Amino acid sequence: MGKSATIKEGTVTVQVDAVSLSVELAGDWTVDAKRAGFDCVETAARKATNLAKIRVSGNELSSWDAGLLIFLLKCRSLASAAGVELDVSELPKGAQRLFKLSSSPVDAESKVEATDQEEFFGVIGGWFLEATDCLLSFWRFLGELTVHCLELVAGRGCLRRKDLLVQLDAVGPRAVPIVCLLSFLTGLIIAFIGVLQLKKFAADIYVADLVGLALTRELGALMVGIILAGRTGAAFAAQLGSMRVNEEIDALESFGISPMQFLVLPRVFALILMIPLLYAFAILVGILGGLLVSTSVSNVTALQFFVQLETAVGLNDFLGGLFKSVVFGCIIALAGCYRGLNCGKDATAVGQAATSAVVTAITWIVISDAVFAVIFNMIGF
Amino acid sequence: MQIKVEGLTMQYGSFVVMRDLNFEITSGEIKVIMGVSGCGKSTLLKHLIGLERSNEGTIQYEGALFSPDAPDYAAIRRSFGVLFQSGALWSSMTLAENVALPLEQYTDLSATDIRELVDYKLSLVGLSGAGHRYPNELSGGMRKRAGLARAIALDPKVLFFDEPSAGLDPLSSRRLDDLILHLREVLGTTIVVVTHELASIFAIADKALYLDVETKRLLCDANPNALLESDDCAPVIRDFLTRGEESQHN
Repeated sequence: MGKSATIKEGTVTVQVDAVSLSVELAGDWTVDAKRAGFDCVETAARKATNLAKIRVSGNELSSWDAGLLIFLLKCRSLASAAGVELDVSELPKGAQRLFKLSSSPVDAESKVEATDQEEFFGVIGGWFLEATDCLLSFWRFLGELTVHCLELVAGRGCLRRKDLLVQLDAVGPRAVPIVCLLSFLTGLIIAFIGVLQLKKFAADIYVADLVGLALTRELGALMVGIILAGRTGAAFAAQLGSMRVNEEIDALESFGISPMQFLVLPRVFALILMIPLLYAFAILVGILGGLLVSTSVSNVTALQFFVQLETAVGLNDFLGGLFKSVVFGCIIALAGCYRGLNCGKDATAVGQAATSAVVTAITWIVISDAVFAVIFNMIGF
Repeated sequence: MQIKVEGLTMQYGSFVVMRDLNFEITSGEIKVIMGVSGCGKSTLLKHLIGLERSNEGTIQYEGALFSPDAPDYAAIRRSFGVLFQSGALWSSMTLAENVALPLEQYTDLSATDIRELVDYKLSLVGLSGAGHRYPNELSGGMRKRAGLARAIALDPKVLFFDEPSAGLDPLSSRRLDDLILHLREVLGTTIVVVTHELASIFAIADKALYLDVETKRLLCDANPNALLESDDCAPVIRDFLTRGEESQHN
């Protein structure tokens, strides 16, 4: 397959006799050389009436590579479609070997071609089975987690203190800067929009109500939930996914140690314990952001702001948000751990698990927030 | 510990991974499971250690059925140690913590006793003084040896090795083979090794099982050296054991 010094054009000469089509190749049949098209062979094959064989020869071939192979594969398809024999015995030995490599027998299974209708129902059926599997495996995960939690409560399970402390540190204190920054800016934005509108009615003191209620009832928990879904949920999925890829989870199971007890429980508890604190922190910092805007853009003083805030925001508002934050924490931990434990065994799967954990968590946070809004409204909370 | 496998069959849909495997591993034996890539060696190992479940067939340890529903399941699992292909050390823990975890989980030993045992297990695999190091600070060979120290933490009756030589240079591979023989001598453990490394197969195997990639069946259960000398050796096994050199010469 050595290449000639100057690249010659790959040419093709076609001759048709009574029963055979002769294709003579010459010159360089390499990918980077200019090569003749396949049209002349197709045209000649169409014209031939009693065609029984397509013979390809290449006595004048200088060099070849995949460029020749592409041409030969087209010849094979043509011969197969016409139901005639393809004879490449007059090609140089090297070219024959190259062609032979591409002609390895096809598995019986892959030969079966599905009709369009079968393919359609196959795809629908595949989706259904996949969805059912996913649902069942999530229920299994949830059931196993519940059993381990109950065992722990009953004093029969164990939670390693060191693991819990490591997770508490990773989930809580390390998330404080990002939670502070985003909550401060959220409080600031709400207050800014509020001040601009309320000023028109000389009601800018009510910006304290707006900031306080928006943060405690809705945005505080939602913001913390979304931040932790992106930060902690993704981290859980990636950590557990990497452990799956590196056979670390298999190693745990081979010792009869449950990954649920050893890996999932500390993460779930850490998130459930830390998220209310982060929520409280987010409220505090968000209110400070609102205060900054109120005192600088309008004539409201800090004292007036806090007095108004105390009037507007009750303990129930705070507790409602706190409860929601705990539910969001559960959602994030479950999504992250479930996706991580069910991760595939390659590097791409880890990325997919992390992405999927974030998307699942955020979707369910928003859905559950909507459900909470309706329920709180119904019970007058 | 004696292991008995009867009629083990595994298939995903129409794709057969293993078909009707029957064999026995006697106590104190080093049994190698060999075969070309994709023949189902690692899958068989996963069945033997309970990480996967078969469609048909049974596995028995000392006559007791090995199945999640069986009463002795947890006890049987605790009686074996596994060295995975990558070592599979828990990356967030030091070597000492890796080895100590099974001891903390399943024994009532004091922290001091566990520390002493951990030092002993690490010294058995030539890693004395490396207990404070994390897995990412170790070479491939050291990781495998550390994985082995963890695998023998609970004094297992059976040790399973999944491709122990994978990713190792010939010298490290040889050292690991010596270590396997040494462990059998010192601890009297039954050892099951999945590998396709010929040097390791001839160095350590008392008997070798050959899994055929085409039929997904077991073709032989014999000593590899005796197999080569025997006239009854199937051509496919002879090809495997001689790297196809004999059939090339013929």
